[in-house]
Amino acid sequence: MWSYILRRLLYNIPVYLGIILLVMLALRVNDPVTAFLGKNATQEQYDAIKADFGLDRPFYEQYASTVWNIVTLDFSARSWEQKRPVGELITTAVPATTMITVPALMITAAISIMIGLICSFYRGRVADKTLMLLAVLGMSVSFLVYIIVGQYFGGYRLGQEAGLVPFDIEGYDVRLSTLTFWASSPIEAVQTWLQYCGLPVLISVIVAMGYDTRFYRAVMVEETGRDYITTARAKGAGSRKIMFVHMLKNAMIPIITRVMISLPFLIVGSILLEVFFSIPGMGRALITAINAKDFPVVEYMSALFAAVVILTVILTDVLYAVVDPRVRLS
Amino acid sequence: MSETTQQPILRVRGLKTSFRTDRGTVTAVDDVNFDVFPGETIGIVGESGCGKTVTSKTIMRLLPERNSIIDPSSEILFDNLNLATAPETEMRKVRGDRIAMIFQEPMTSLNPVFTIGWQLDEALKYHTKLDKKGRRDRAVEMLRLVEIPNPEQRYKEYPHQLSGGMRQRVMIAIALCCEPDILIADEPTTALDVTIQAQILALMADLKERLGTSILLITHDLGVVAQVCDRVIVMYAGRIIEQAPVSDLFKRPQHPYTKALLESIPKAGKRSEDGRLPTIKGIVPSLFELPKGCRFQDRCPFKEQKCVDIEPDLTAHAFDDRPVRCHFPRNQEVDLTTGATG
Repeated sequence: MWSYILRRLLYNIPVYLGIILLVMLALRVNDPVTAFLGKNATQEQYDAIKADFGLDRPFYEQYASTVWNIVTLDFSARSWEQKRPVGELITTAVPATTMITVPALMITAAISIMIGLICSFYRGRVADKTLMLLAVLGMSVSFLVYIIVGQYFGGYRLGQEAGLVPFDIEGYDVRLSTLTFWASSPIEAVQTWLQYCGLPVLISVIVAMGYDTRFYRAVMVEETGRDYITTARAKGAGSRKIMFVHMLKNAMIPIITRVMISLPFLIVGSILLEVFFSIPGMGRALITAINAKDFPVVEYMSALFAAVVILTVILTDVLYAVVDPRVRLS
Repeated sequence: MSETTQQPILRVRGLKTSFRTDRGTVTAVDDVNFDVFPGETIGIVGESGCGKTVTSKTIMRLLPERNSIIDPSSEILFDNLNLATAPETEMRKVRGDRIAMIFQEPMTSLNPVFTIGWQLDEALKYHTKLDKKGRRDRAVEMLRLVEIPNPEQRYKEYPHQLSGGMRQRVMIAIALCCEPDILIADEPTTALDVTIQAQILALMADLKERLGTSILLITHDLGVVAQVCDRVIVMYAGRIIEQAPVSDLFKRPQHPYTKALLESIPKAGKRSEDGRLPTIKGIVPSLFELPKGCRFQDRCPFKEQKCVDIEPDLTAHAFDDRPVRCHFPRNQEVDLTTGATG
């Protein structure tokens, strides 16, 4: 298995170099210094900035140094806009993002796999039809509508009418990004987390549920028709055992595929949610950097994302072999 | 056979199973009656779609509840229980323990992601009080009984590591591990090549002798029937049309359909006049458009007006006590070596 992983990593080196090259080229299609300074800058300002950002060097030199920095995990390149190292930017943004994406992914996967199983078991009956109708309805409503309605009810009406503590719809408690806070006062941490992240998590679960439920239902319906299900029933297995043991293990390949595809997005997060809820996460940092033409941030974030995608794909293939004895890594 | 003195272990009476389809409700099996006696092997034969698999799956209640209806007047009497109406919890105790089943497709009938051992263990877990060690020993013993070489090793392996014949042996081991009273085998050898077929049939016959299990063998292969069965039930378009001890049926088929079936078995070294294999002309009537009279009328060379008007009952006729569903049953011997009526 290790030799397989090593081989896959080696194969992906050219791919990875290509991705970095493409990103850097794309950012240099228009002159980045002009883009950053605007048209009214003087020639002296222009030359100073160009030298400061290292853009006066030939492209291959810029490319080589970026690649070298990434390989040596040196993220000390400075953001043009914020004058902070990119690494610092990323390490503060990623925890905030994962506060929302990780619970959201886990809750969505657990609930929608469950609903998928239930729907396939009651296929064609009222429970199935109702749940599928809800899924389609859920899919048909815009993300923005959920955010606006969610903020209105969760952040405003909840406190006004029900007298409950409403969700905070703006901001984030940076203590949530520290392990010490979770370790020292876990109850307060959970409360704080609910206050700031509860609503965005709820919204992303609702948004993703429609798609995922329909996907998992299709997967499970396919499994219910298999011969081994009949064999299991003929042995005297009950429905629960058939669903949660026989079918679920066979459905692991599509489930893993689905979950793993969304893994890289755990660190990028949702731009919309982070912007609307003022969560200082990766999504917001990325969109801010793009708007400000803050190219080092865009470059290093893209490189990080690409690396995560490549590693996830390799991990996915390894997991296939773990859950399905018929899959051989070679 | 001491059938007359023994009590049947399974009595099927007025079995009727329908399916809800987009084109309306269709009755796949209608008014099926038969008994299974302890230790005997009964063959159910017929063309595809004649209802033989539906009959067996109805007995096991394995048809999807979503679209199948077992008529409430049907009776499947087994051990003081009517399996046609028994609650699912009761059925689960019967399935795999008292009545077990093996299927046509050994390649897909085992769960691909669990080991052979796990799948044997599962059945034993449901129906025995053995502990983990006891179940393991029993499972390995069963694998040895079905003549799987190196059973300890195979116990740990996955279905894809075994050949089709080996997988069917594993299916038989799973089916027989709780020593069922009845084994329903739904075309167990159809998907296997001929030498493996013979091995599996010999194995089933041997195990039947040793364990005293009754076998209900569903097949379209009359050669298989002749080899292993004591009695035969011939089905056509959802109905039983003839029922007889195997030698009687082969010697003197009474229903024109049975006779035609026997004549269409290829015989070694013999050719009919035109050099072709005799076939039964026409096709099985659609279950949606069954004729008013006899269901075989369109393909029957002996059809008369009565056959069009009235559907015959399954009754014995003057010259024999065998039930046959025909107004004009044949009473001639068939020479099996040439396939010609004598």
